[in-house]
Amino acid sequence: MIEKNKTEKISAEKLNIASQWKLMRWKFYRHKVAVFSLILLSFFYFVVIFGGFISPYNARQNDIRYKNAPPQRIRFFDEDGKFHFRPFVYGIEAEFNDKTFQTLYIRKTDVKHPVYLFVKGDPYQFWGLFTTDRHLFGTEERAMFLMGTDRMGRDLLSRIIYGGRLSLTIGLVGIACSFLLGITIGGISGYYGGRIDRFIQRTIETIRSIPTIPLWMVLSIALPPYWSVVKVYFGIVIILSLIGWTGLARVVRGKFMALRKEDFVMAAILNGASEKKIIFQQLLPSFSSHIIASLTLSVPGMILGETALSFLGLGLQAPAISWGVLLKDAQQIRVLANTPWILFPGLFVIITILAFNFVGDGIRDAADPYSAI
Amino acid sequence: MLRFILHRILWMIPTLLFISILSFIIIEAPPGDFMTTYVSRLREQGEDMGQVTIDGLRARYGLDQPIYVKYFKWIRGVVQGDFGQSLEWQRPVADLLRARLPWSILISLSSLLFVYLIAIPIGVYSATHLYSKLDYFFNLVGFIGLAIPNFLFALIMLWFIFQRTGNAAIGLFSREFLMAPWSFARVIDLFKHLWLPALVIGTAGTAGMIRIMRANLLDELSKAYVMVARAKGLSERKVLYKYPFRIALNPVVSTIGWTLPALFSGEVLVSIVLGIPTIAPIFLGSLMGQDMFLAGSIVFIMATLTVIGTLISDILLGWLDPRIRESI
Repeated sequence: MIEKNKTEKISAEKLNIASQWKLMRWKFYRHKVAVFSLILLSFFYFVVIFGGFISPYNARQNDIRYKNAPPQRIRFFDEDGKFHFRPFVYGIEAEFNDKTFQTLYIRKTDVKHPVYLFVKGDPYQFWGLFTTDRHLFGTEERAMFLMGTDRMGRDLLSRIIYGGRLSLTIGLVGIACSFLLGITIGGISGYYGGRIDRFIQRTIETIRSIPTIPLWMVLSIALPPYWSVVKVYFGIVIILSLIGWTGLARVVRGKFMALRKEDFVMAAILNGASEKKIIFQQLLPSFSSHIIASLTLSVPGMILGETALSFLGLGLQAPAISWGVLLKDAQQIRVLANTPWILFPGLFVIITILAFNFVGDGIRDAADPYSAI
Repeated sequence: MLRFILHRILWMIPTLLFISILSFIIIEAPPGDFMTTYVSRLREQGEDMGQVTIDGLRARYGLDQPIYVKYFKWIRGVVQGDFGQSLEWQRPVADLLRARLPWSILISLSSLLFVYLIAIPIGVYSATHLYSKLDYFFNLVGFIGLAIPNFLFALIMLWFIFQRTGNAAIGLFSREFLMAPWSFARVIDLFKHLWLPALVIGTAGTAGMIRIMRANLLDELSKAYVMVARAKGLSERKVLYKYPFRIALNPVVSTIGWTLPALFSGEVLVSIVLGIPTIAPIFLGSLMGQDMFLAGSIVFIMATLTVIGTLISDILLGWLDPRIRESI
């Protein structure tokens, strides 16, 4: 109700002739948090797509000089408050404390590593097309760790970017699979109704009554240990979507049930339209916006599933890099206490899930034809 | 009412049947059978069984029979409380479950209690103070609560406690009460430890429940009978609690069916991270060690418990709302 007052006035004439999708877009733009989340997610996917170029280092390159190094900051001002046009990071040096037997890093303010754009570094394959060693930004020496390093001296920022490749895409691919299953089974259930519907609904309820995490855990050990990363990845996608489709099937079924009795469907039937035509030309377009909303809202569950499985050591395994695999390092409390920055991947998990939830909420509100524009 | 309960119980049977078949598939899925794993494990330890003993044991466990016979043997055992033998622990699965399952149930139920205790008052507050600062605040907290993975939250809490106390083992009891017989002090000590897993597991559920409660109450409050009540001069308190609140509670109760599986899932992850000796750690261990009788039985038990929980919530709902009772 308050929001009504805030709405920018879109002229009545424009409103009357706008298409359904245009109306939705206008409504979505008004949901500022959702728009911001969408931009953020696009940024994440952009970074992941150009991961090799944007990450400062190779994610697997270890460096015994910088084991468990803390995160550094890119600075414009030095200790004396003097401004430098070219940003830099301070050098760090490991110092072994023989009383506590701990390695601590001290910042060396006399060593400055300037940060350059398009710097030469670790070679990588750009989309498997050609090999190059240019990175978006970095220092000439290997000395910049914006999110710290892990126990083998690997740069955590680079690892998070590489990990995002698996963690961010597994949700989308998983959703695509459960979308196919959900829309087919839910569609059959809702369109035909009767005994088929009751049977399918029973099955869905039964699957949903089993706790998901234990079921995922059990299914994931069926993946042979000698499988390659790609195979395990798709195996996990299938496992996640084997359960994930149920929610979508319910949405599709409910919509089919409600729309089947609408006048425009009856009109199509009387016009002699085939069943296929009714489903794909009349029914599906009228609730595709709803489906997009529920698809967006079920991506987080998939990402959480992968992260949890990999964290437990049942999903993707060590040579593969995903956010869950990275978080596995944090399982030991002493490691976590000494190097708390290894929780950074978790931060990205939370941000991604929040963003997907906000975007999904925004689409759902926008898709509701009865809400005010 | 009796007819309603009977109807619900009858509906449970196909569900349980499906769950038992699924659990059995889990047990049977890995290549080879129980004996091949068992024998190879004994060989690793330098012991050997004669072929006669192996065949004898095979026949005794019925491993040489077709799969449906094996299923019936297994299910008959399950009904009698015999879940088979755990390879990893060299003990009957039922013994292991008996020792650890109560803790899992206790933790899950405390989380459920936590969810209700927190979510219902906040939901009522948010609905009656729409768009107030606190309403927005709870909304935000709810969103974050939904977004934090259980295990990550558990890790952060573990880290926090470790930093403050230097204590890495959370468990359910302090050291001095670990082996002590039950006493009042021990129960108090248990409660001192129980809040943490309940909080961690319950957070996501609380966030969802607040939204449900708020939306339901908003729906009810905009209805005409509320206006009539107000017009008749009833106190604001009575207007709220006489009917709208009670009706809004209905869907909250009916979502137990969804909440329970989520709580069990959370319990598994959180207990593993916090190192609480529930069935969760042995479940993970059984999966790692391909101890399939144990793994399958645990899945079976967890699913059965959720089905029973849903049944209870259905009966509660029928008792609360005569419309549902009569609709069958």
